[in-house]
Amino acid sequence: MSCNDSLHFQYVVSKDDFTHAGSASSDVKNKLKKMNVDASAVRKVSIAMYEGEINMIIHAYGGTIDVDIYEDRIVMCLKDTGPGIANIEEAMQEGFSTAPADVINLGFGAGMGLPNMRANSDEFNIESEVGVGTTVTMTIYFT
Amino acid sequence: MAENQKFFHSVYLDKDKCRGCITCIKTCPTQAIRVRNGKAHIIKEFCIDCGECIRHCPHYAKQASFDHMDALEGFKYKVALPAPSLYGQFNHLDDVNIILTALTMIGFDDVFEVGAAAELVSDATRKYLASHAEPQILISTACPTVTRLIRIRFPELLDNLLPLKPPVEVAAELARKRAVAQTGLKPEEIGIAFISPCPSKVTAVQDPLGIPHSSIDVVLATREIYPLMLSAMKEARVNPIEHCLSGKIGVGWGLSGGEAAGILLDNYIAADGIENVVRVLEDLEDEKFQMDIRFVELNACPGGCVGGVLNVENPFAASSKMKHLKKYLPVALSHPEDFPFKTDMELTEEIAYEPVYMLGASMLESINNMVRLEKLMRILPGLDCGGCGAPTCKALVEDHIRGKGDIHSCTELLRRYYVSGEDPFEVLEEENNL
Repeated sequence: MSCNDSLHFQYVVSKDDFTHAGSASSDVKNKLKKMNVDASAVRKVSIAMYEGEINMIIHAYGGTIDVDIYEDRIVMCLKDTGPGIANIEEAMQEGFSTAPADVINLGFGAGMGLPNMRANSDEFNIESEVGVGTTVTMTIYFT
Repeated sequence: MAENQKFFHSVYLDKDKCRGCITCIKTCPTQAIRVRNGKAHIIKEFCIDCGECIRHCPHYAKQASFDHMDALEGFKYKVALPAPSLYGQFNHLDDVNIILTALTMIGFDDVFEVGAAAELVSDATRKYLASHAEPQILISTACPTVTRLIRIRFPELLDNLLPLKPPVEVAAELARKRAVAQTGLKPEEIGIAFISPCPSKVTAVQDPLGIPHSSIDVVLATREIYPLMLSAMKEARVNPIEHCLSGKIGVGWGLSGGEAAGILLDNYIAADGIENVVRVLEDLEDEKFQMDIRFVELNACPGGCVGGVLNVENPFAASSKMKHLKKYLPVALSHPEDFPFKTDMELTEEIAYEPVYMLGASMLESINNMVRLEKLMRILPGLDCGGCGAPTCKALVEDHIRGKGDIHSCTELLRRYYVSGEDPFEVLEEENNL
């Protein structure tokens, strides 16, 4: 059997599209469930990606999520087009939130998004530039 | 459990009645049915005995296997276990004892209400919740269809299953003990018959999860016992014998939300109807509920057990009648501290994940098959018309990859071939090197 390097999927996330929030992470979860990935890894992936997806909708102007599935790991690259995070250290703190009131009313904006993403990832990287955008890369290994 | 009993099902197809339409394949929540050669086949690994195909088949071709009264013939003493939902099947009732008395007039020596055992399970649930902080969220194991759904689709939630026996099993164990004490007969001489509202309970007796074997000897269908009871009801009304051991909580178990109400907490979720159950499980799995939840009650049938496909009455009417029946009952009539018989409430066996939906035996094979799946999906029309016999284009492609189906059965691509004269499958094979 030939080995494909990786399985690649791309999802486009639109700003303020709350009704479809979570559909990308749900799709990835359902694919992983058919792929011999242990249940705890599937759970980590779906939580980390869900939080990222919500962040892109609440805070960013939308963006793309690139998902690569390898034999031993999954890499999720979430890239948005702004506005960017001025102080990453502050944003990574649990409970720190800049979410507007209407979003908090929906049950989001508890300041746990980025911390949850990092907690569920084996490798986590965030780069951001104000006015340009934020890129978060998360890797989760299958045990 | 013998290997051939694994994935036993009560639901089956009456081939003569099946016309090969696509109604059942479209309503099956686990995509367990395919129409092949004009007949609907059940994929036994996927089926969870929810009964949706029975509910929807316009030709009554989907059936449930269950026992009949003659199955009790070899037993010296026969005990009926009525499900609480049975109480909702009759008109103009204000006393549960009339139903229980009618059962003793149609061939049973005694009656033991599943509702009474349910009250003991409610008590055990309260104690379990009080003594176990983890897991935070416990999911009921009373509906066998839900437990079966979780074991094939939601492995991460298996740890959240409440490890207590369903009331019907507790009822069977207690009923046998009581019958032995009252008659002096041997346990095996007692015949325990559950009167079931659904096929999944038949399956749970043949192939139980969480316990090595069921204590129930015979499973009868409500709709088959109902006409026998009707003729006895008139006489039973005259002088009903006092059998009733269940109160509001026990009777309430037959309705969605009844089990949850019995644990006397308000931080619970109760969902009924298989689509709603799937939605709640998906959200639980993704930890999407931003609220304090301690207990989740899930019933595959609409309205709870009253919505079971082996019932007679409209589930909403049955529900209304049960609410009336339990209105003036005490909160509970069965309490563990003074109940004369005892049995272990906890499940003794692990409920293990059954990865039936895998696309490959290894991760590498799964990745390669997923790549193939994505390619093939681009060629199929995406109409999900069911014309090929699979419920969706994706299901057809997955069957193809598993060697259980063939994408050449796509009727839309055949139609295009007929219209254009260009073989769409040839293009497919060339473009994708498949």
